[in-house]
Amino acid sequence: MKIKLVALLAILTITFSSCGDGKKEEKKGIKLPTKKEVKETPKKAEKSSKIDLLAPTLDNKGVGDVKSVKIDAKIDDKLVAKGKDLFKANCTACHKFKKRFVGPALKGVTQRRSPEWIMNMIMNPEKMVAEDPVAKALIAEYHAPMANQSLKEDQARAILEYFRTKN
Amino acid sequence: MKTIIKSIFSLVITATFFVSCAPTTASKETRGNAKGAIAGSAAERVYVAPGEHDSHYAFISGGFSGQLSVYGLPSGRLFRVIPVFSQDPEKGYGYNEETKPMLETSHGFVPWGDSHHPDISQTNGSVDGRWVFINENNTPRIARISLETFETEEIIEIPNSAGNHSSSYVTENSEYVVAGTRFAVPFPQRDMSIKDMKGNFKGALSFLKIDKETGRMNIAFQIKMPGFNYDLSHPGRGKSHGWFFFSTYNTEEANSLLEVNASQNDKDFIAAINWKKIEEYVKNGGGKKMPAKYAHNTWSDDTHSATSTMEKEVLVVEPKDVPGAIYFLPTAKSPHGCDVDPTGEYIIGNGKLAAAMTVHSFTKFQKAIADKAFDGEKYGIPIMKFEAINFGVLDQPGLGPLHTEFDTRGNAYTTFFISSEVVKWNVKDLKVLDRHPVYYSVGHLMIPGGNSRTPDDKYLISMNKITKDRYLPTGPEVCQSAQLFDISGEKMELLLDFPTIGEPHYAAGIAADKIAPKSRKIYKLDENKHPYGVKSEAETKVVRKGNEVHIYMTMIRSHFSPDNIEGVKVGDKVFFHVTNLEQDYDVPHGISMIGANTSELLIMPGRTSTFVWEPKEVGVWPFYCTDFCSALHQEMQGYVRVSPKGSNIPISFTLDGDIPGEEE
Repeated sequence: MKIKLVALLAILTITFSSCGDGKKEEKKGIKLPTKKEVKETPKKAEKSSKIDLLAPTLDNKGVGDVKSVKIDAKIDDKLVAKGKDLFKANCTACHKFKKRFVGPALKGVTQRRSPEWIMNMIMNPEKMVAEDPVAKALIAEYHAPMANQSLKEDQARAILEYFRTKN
Repeated sequence: MKTIIKSIFSLVITATFFVSCAPTTASKETRGNAKGAIAGSAAERVYVAPGEHDSHYAFISGGFSGQLSVYGLPSGRLFRVIPVFSQDPEKGYGYNEETKPMLETSHGFVPWGDSHHPDISQTNGSVDGRWVFINENNTPRIARISLETFETEEIIEIPNSAGNHSSSYVTENSEYVVAGTRFAVPFPQRDMSIKDMKGNFKGALSFLKIDKETGRMNIAFQIKMPGFNYDLSHPGRGKSHGWFFFSTYNTEEANSLLEVNASQNDKDFIAAINWKKIEEYVKNGGGKKMPAKYAHNTWSDDTHSATSTMEKEVLVVEPKDVPGAIYFLPTAKSPHGCDVDPTGEYIIGNGKLAAAMTVHSFTKFQKAIADKAFDGEKYGIPIMKFEAINFGVLDQPGLGPLHTEFDTRGNAYTTFFISSEVVKWNVKDLKVLDRHPVYYSVGHLMIPGGNSRTPDDKYLISMNKITKDRYLPTGPEVCQSAQLFDISGEKMELLLDFPTIGEPHYAAGIAADKIAPKSRKIYKLDENKHPYGVKSEAETKVVRKGNEVHIYMTMIRSHFSPDNIEGVKVGDKVFFHVTNLEQDYDVPHGISMIGANTSELLIMPGRTSTFVWEPKEVGVWPFYCTDFCSALHQEMQGYVRVSPKGSNIPISFTLDGDIPGEEE
């Protein structure tokens, strides 16, 4: 049983160790601080990463079914309301806007990531953390794999609209 | 030494068929098979490669474990044990607050049952994969299990009955599922001398109507039959649809030393019930409502909770009031299985003590009714003339015939308990075609779709009561087993042995594609109507009501919310109402609390479940996730501070230092 656990951990480690986003907002880097460090050194730490998790990667559409999303200059309030409800039900267990929680703080996310990338991450996080370089860097940083909440494309789109109000 | 030689032998065989596919040595299982099959090819035929799926589901009774097991065929791999009549701490069934009502009966909470004969619902004479029904013998009950969720959705108790053995077979459009009485009892129960049994005890045969949409069962009527032992049953089908056949023994009505006293008569009966006629009689106001007390427990996938209702009456039909609806078919001798072939023409009594298979003809039976070919009556029920209804008798095919199933090619397969074999015979010719030993002492056998017009007749499994030397010994108690045969050729070929749980009475099988595509993956959070369920961490809270503390908790990879709770006191009754916020397939979480006098909860995505903890000691006590959920599973834990009785520490709850969901 113990051996099984160790093996499983090893596999999980391999699976998840190739991946990440910033520590406490400002943190960059792929090197894993201990939990204690997270609490005690919220400011900039080591900068060994090849990917700056806070740097915009707007050309990267991610990996998944969403290839192209049309964004109106004007924000759709009805869609925002729908997205807000969905976000509350499906995402708040791990994400806050202003504060790092289980996952990264989401304030300004639409300025960092493309609409397609965001929706692919919501709809197919397993594929993203396996194949997309930014998602890989994020999981390396945050450890916890993002839960797939089985959201449909129109639901992910609504959440994206909500994010646009959180810049 | 013998074992070593055996092991070496099997290793050699194994090595052989992995090295080469060419026929080599003939094993004792090849039995001169026309295809020249060898042990190696048998192995190939049951080998399901890693990641591939079996072609069939087999729902095998857990017998005295009270449960129902789910296996794959042809591999014989065990996938799941569905808790039905017994508590199952692994899944929290019968321990958590939501499922406890499923095990309520008129005798109170009963934590165990003796499950027997699973049978799958049917549409137009074929198994449809919607539900599987299974009966409980000891405290007479029938359960209905959803084949979408693989969970028990309903359990109904059968009043005026004891030893619910001739159950739970369904008619060809799932109109009814039946229950019978193996131990005749006073009807209704009363205080009387046991020796006055004869003529005074009765045997209820119950017909439970199945709702077409929901599967919900209700006892439509109970027939108050003479006090014989009603052993097994099967519905008519095709031309005999509308009839049900029950085997009887102890028509002597003995109340002691039955192994001698119930074996006096050369022939007992198959009771033939025209349920359509009785249904019509009841529809026209027939039958009498009698007071009764029986539990009817139903599960809701909306509230994720069971409700137990105590029913107060049942409609009883006296045979004499519906002339022409019930007949006795004389059948040798203390027949056990009562089986109907796929065409509905042949009704077969497996004459347990007679070493004879009695084959009745439905067509002859109908003519005999018209001709009034009766041979007296018993308790007002006409006994048919044996010659007038009998198609033939297969004499001495083996010793101790118990059960028969059929293929689509006119053949029957009968198990023989004493001679420990399965015998294949042609129903029309009454000729034995093949026989194969089983290891050992077979009870039931199963061909997928066995109780239907359309058996899926590639595989047969025998279910054996005794295994002795077939497996590594495990002390005095060794497993019972199933053996898989390929019956597609002229000769039966034994392919595989595999162990079963409890005693595998009957089983029900079905092609995987009738169930797998609709198997439930998650419960949608926005459809969760559990009264203590929450939809997000912002809704989590801890509420005190007197000495009750209700924790509205959530779980997601990989933390609980809240995970730090204070203000609980010794003497409190703490309810953990825990919702799994995951909406992804195969991400259950578990939870358990040190010192809780109950099982863990194992909670599927979108579900809410509750356990109760009554802390007895002051301290800070941890709880944790019991089901490995992610790389951070070991981090999934929390604490409850327990203060002394009378302490004024207020209730508080946090996650990462904040009230959950407080900060955006």
